Amino acid sequence: MAVHDQFEVVIPSSTEAGQELLERVMGRIESLESFSMKDAFGIRLALDEAIVNAIKHGNGFSPDKTVRVNCTIADDLFRIEIEDQGPGFCLEDVPDPTEEENLERPCGRGIMLMRSFMSKIEYNPTGNKVVLEKIPSTK
Amino acid sequence: MGDTWSRGGWLGQASPMYGKEHMSTGQRRLDIEEIGGVTVARFVDKKILDETNIQNIGNQLFALVDEDGRKKIVLDFSIVEYLSSAALGKLITMDKKVKTAKAKLRLCCIRPEIYEVFEITRLNKIFDIKSTQDEALDGI
Repeated sequence: MAVHDQFEVVIPSSTEAGQELLERVMGRIESLESFSMKDAFGIRLALDEAIVNAIKHGNGFSPDKTVRVNCTIADDLFRIEIEDQGPGFCLEDVPDPTEEENLERPCGRGIMLMRSFMSKIEYNPTGNKVVLEKIPSTK
Repeated sequence: MGDTWSRGGWLGQASPMYGKEHMSTGQRRLDIEEIGGVTVARFVDKKILDETNIQNIGNQLFALVDEDGRKKIVLDFSIVEYLSSAALGKLITMDKKVKTAKAKLRLCCIRPEIYEVFEITRLNKIFDIKSTQDEALDGI
């Protein structure tokens, strides 16, 4: 597979750093013909959710904590690992936001959106690292 | 001047300087217009992803109900290309405030890919969503 970009960075737990990372990745994705506009839409949404989860829920916006990101962008695969320095969480404890009793909760939809738009999403046992993968829809 | 000042800004015309008191909640994130007694709030951002931005949007939306007592509100999503789950959360809170205030809220002009987000999260069952602004204004 033709790898167009591969990088590892460590960013602070700030909204600005998260948005900068998002735009860096999306700038690359949107320049590739292999990912459709619909793919790019889904990646942007899922990536934003994952980054915000790491910065806000994982690290609590703490200036003492960072987020490590490892990203690979190829013609036939987008893969990103996002690891925060927080305590993690139990995926099973996250309620289904589409259940009737949860519909009016203002939070809890990020993981569902990631699952909906990415080809694969996997958390480590601790819950402080997520791997997202997207195979282009034309493949 | 034929237009009328109300608490929060001009009535009867698009007001880019809506609600000077709302400037304390951050930069203006909504364009407000009154059409036939209905407040039409149009998002100015194409991408509603940034946490700080979403906070400001939420505050400015809530002020329409909490501070201005508006009873009929249409949120126009024409320009919105991306919407995060945090933004959806603000919309849900807005919807609750509207219901508590016995006001009405409709959403309109949502792009298909954004509407898919509402469908995936089943929020299309919570909100009153119309395709066009005219449909949203009709009978609200």
